[in-house]
Amino acid sequence: MQILTRLIPLLITGIAGLVMIVSAFIPYTSEWGKIAGQFFNILAAFAFVLGGGNLLKVHLKKISDQGAGWGYSGVVLVCFLVTLFVGLFKIGTYPNPSYPDVHFSGETQGTGSGFWWAYEYVFKPLTATMFSILAFYVASAAFRAFRAKNFEAILLLGTAFIILLGSVSAGVFLTDWIPNAGPFGDLRLENLRIYIMQVFNTAGTRAIMIGIALGIASTSLKIMLGIDRSFLGSGD
Amino acid sequence: MNSVSEPMTPRQRATWAVILGVSIILIVVRCFIGQGMGKVYVEPTDLYFGEASPSTWTTMDEAQFDRFRADNPDARTEQWTEYRTVPPKAYFAQEQAGGGSIILSWPRTIGLWIGAFFTLAIYSFLYRDNPFYKFAESVVVGVSAAYWMVVGFWDTIVPNLIQRLLPGFAQEYLTPGMALPSSEVQFTNLIYLIPLVLGVMLICRLVPKGGWLSLWPLAFIVGTMAGLRLVGYTEGDLLSQVRITISSLYVPGGDDSSTFMMIWTTIWSSLASVLLVLGVLCCLAYFFFSVEHKGAVGGAARVGIWYLMITFGAAFGFTVMGRIALLAARFEFLFDDWLWLIDPTNQRRLADALPILGL
Amino acid sequence: MNFLNNLDRRWIFLAMALCVGVPILVIGLTGYTFPETPTPLAEAFFDEVDVAGEAKGRRANVLLAFDFDPASAGELNPMAVSLVHQCAQKGHRMYFISLWPVGPQMIMDAVNKVIKVHYPEMVYGEDYVNLGFKAGNEQVIKVMGVDLTTEFRTDVEGTTLSQIPMMSGITNLEDFDLIAEISAGYPGSKEWVLYASTQFNIPLVSGMTGVQAPQLYPYFPNQLKGLLGAIKGAAEYEYLVNQWVRLDKLTGILEQAGLPPGEAGPLAAEFAASPDQVSTWTVSAAASTLSPEAKAALIEAATEPIPGEYLEGQRRMGPQLFAHLLMVFLIILGNVIFFAQRRRGGGS
Repeated sequence: MQILTRLIPLLITGIAGLVMIVSAFIPYTSEWGKIAGQFFNILAAFAFVLGGGNLLKVHLKKISDQGAGWGYSGVVLVCFLVTLFVGLFKIGTYPNPSYPDVHFSGETQGTGSGFWWAYEYVFKPLTATMFSILAFYVASAAFRAFRAKNFEAILLLGTAFIILLGSVSAGVFLTDWIPNAGPFGDLRLENLRIYIMQVFNTAGTRAIMIGIALGIASTSLKIMLGIDRSFLGSGD
Repeated sequence: MNSVSEPMTPRQRATWAVILGVSIILIVVRCFIGQGMGKVYVEPTDLYFGEASPSTWTTMDEAQFDRFRADNPDARTEQWTEYRTVPPKAYFAQEQAGGGSIILSWPRTIGLWIGAFFTLAIYSFLYRDNPFYKFAESVVVGVSAAYWMVVGFWDTIVPNLIQRLLPGFAQEYLTPGMALPSSEVQFTNLIYLIPLVLGVMLICRLVPKGGWLSLWPLAFIVGTMAGLRLVGYTEGDLLSQVRITISSLYVPGGDDSSTFMMIWTTIWSSLASVLLVLGVLCCLAYFFFSVEHKGAVGGAARVGIWYLMITFGAAFGFTVMGRIALLAARFEFLFDDWLWLIDPTNQRRLADALPILGL
Repeated sequence: MNFLNNLDRRWIFLAMALCVGVPILVIGLTGYTFPETPTPLAEAFFDEVDVAGEAKGRRANVLLAFDFDPASAGELNPMAVSLVHQCAQKGHRMYFISLWPVGPQMIMDAVNKVIKVHYPEMVYGEDYVNLGFKAGNEQVIKVMGVDLTTEFRTDVEGTTLSQIPMMSGITNLEDFDLIAEISAGYPGSKEWVLYASTQFNIPLVSGMTGVQAPQLYPYFPNQLKGLLGAIKGAAEYEYLVNQWVRLDKLTGILEQAGLPPGEAGPLAAEFAASPDQVSTWTVSAAASTLSPEAKAALIEAATEPIPGEYLEGQRRMGPQLFAHLLMVFLIILGNVIFFAQRRRGGGS
């Protein structure tokens, strides 16, 4: 069993990683990288199926356990199955005009289909609203937690003010008295905002990027060499 | 402070009943003011197809179609009606002109109201957790999981896997637009059995005893990503960013309107360059934990923290900016598409629509 | 003070709702938008799209990657619409793809708003094509770098690529003159920078959400030729495109009326700078040789209102202003309460 659950996976990882690296440097092998990439992309699509299957499993269990709020699991399942049905069977989809006799030839997300309806009137308003609700919480959090307790906090707060005001016409209005073409033009809020972004933010982010890149490179090497095996689960 | 988990007091209940009642009355009233609200109109188009010769279909109009059927009684034909959403103003103009083909679409109108209901249901969470919110949340979980699955299947698995392994079947039932490959290509395509097998093994994760089978595809996924990222991040983030940082600290200014301004802008832009390099070094000093942050390193690390604080402040400002834009978009949906209170994209104003429609 | 400290957060929510909702209503009813001053980053984005293909002296092939979903459309849709607007007016060939499952809907939305309504003469398959979504995140970019047609085998309608005229001559990423990307996260701008622009040295411009923008600044202007951050970037770019489209239309009319290109350009720029003077230009010496039809067309092009869909970003800057002011006010108020209490509590 160790061979199947440890050795072979580690070999696959090492070889797959090596192929991707080699294909980036030797033009002759770029085709190998392409094939590995294509396999990956097909697996990524299978991962969507796995995600759906997992959801089904979790919520079926919740329903069978009949714990608190199991009715909502029923809602999840019904919505999942209905969307899946209209999508996989392309209910209400018009075929491609060049092949009107082949039902499945039409565009999956084409306007007017059942799947499109689920997107337009359910998926779209729900996801968009879910994300927009954070605007309220960010306001409340700023009121409660954003305190100028020390110098560092003042820097953070001051930058946030400049970005917030410099992005809208309030910034232009507040520092309109500074001539734009003069020696102090860069102190106008809207210009200061650009300066901060291109100098201070760029410096900080660049250092973070260099650090993360080093981290990713070393982790990737560890994974390919079989030193980091955490993805294979415990027991090693 | 009121805790959201507390049950509602009778007074709160009464307040909410009043607010809800008034809102419903206002919406009902709005439905009868002017052109009403929240309606979607469509224009049906009948499409006719005839198979003139084997597998060659011709698109035709109704008259051609009738003639084609009379001339070729055995030929295969297809027909259906497509519905295209049109701005409400087109319908209003049609009504004024005394009739036409544009009709109210019930499925889309009901959909619009469902969309509005879900939007409000999510916002109701701001007051407190409630069954409407929970319902909306469950719907989004179910629909989005199915959505990704369907798109993954039709957009990737079908054309990139099934079509390669079963080209004949795919051409007949799924992707008629794709030609059959030559027998040689079809043989090389057998290599795609590998991702198929790996894909099936991945799904075995759902079966209690098949968990270990998914380790192979997982190993492949992790390995290819590790190889790709190692090269990508080293080249794009590490080397490129270090290279860009090592640049001239003297930057000539862009303003040559006067000698003073030229010197001034040169100082200003060179200062930016110095501050940038200094900042990167100081932040790196802060991240460098192998040396104790004392003396010069300690000082540099402290300056590094200041830079990082400014970076986080900027990130906060930009995040706030983004979130508010999303909120504004939802309000626009409610006010424009549903309540018909505003009309920024000129969907309903008839005056401008008449000349477009040639009336 | 105690009341403020114990303020129910729902009052803050209400304040935010009013700060966003009321300006939308007012702007929607009056049509007024705030003036925008484009920043160098937005100008760089615009210029890069403008000059695409010029170096090779051909009609540009632009790859438009719409990697976002409805959740971020509030910020990104105005960018996407303006990008298609600029490409369409410029006459670039547009190849749409997406690394996000919902991306094809975003593409369809922008195509319906811009090309179908304002550029109906553009032909699908010759001027623009929608290649749809492919799963695999950055690995899709990696494969496209070697061979695009093995990954994207059909367009969204299921037509095989060899039957699409504008796909001839396109084999991999290097056949594009520009990649223009709109990003809402992962996979997005960062992946395009790492696996396309850095590795193949293809010019890349990107519009992105506010959350991502600060993280992408270090790539500008080397690995990323132009950057639009959040709704502010969208509004700036939208403004630039709208101004240029009007100028381009005026230039077109003047050239059609017989003016040599060398004269038509500067004259159109002069006209576009002062559209309120439209009645005086048409009698000015420069325009004296124009036919009455050309003058009428000129007046129409100069005074024609900008369609609402091309002002979405600028309209959204209204609620943005008041919400930002509210945020600043809330932070200051929170601090005032905090310090007042600390003083009263003897610094505890």
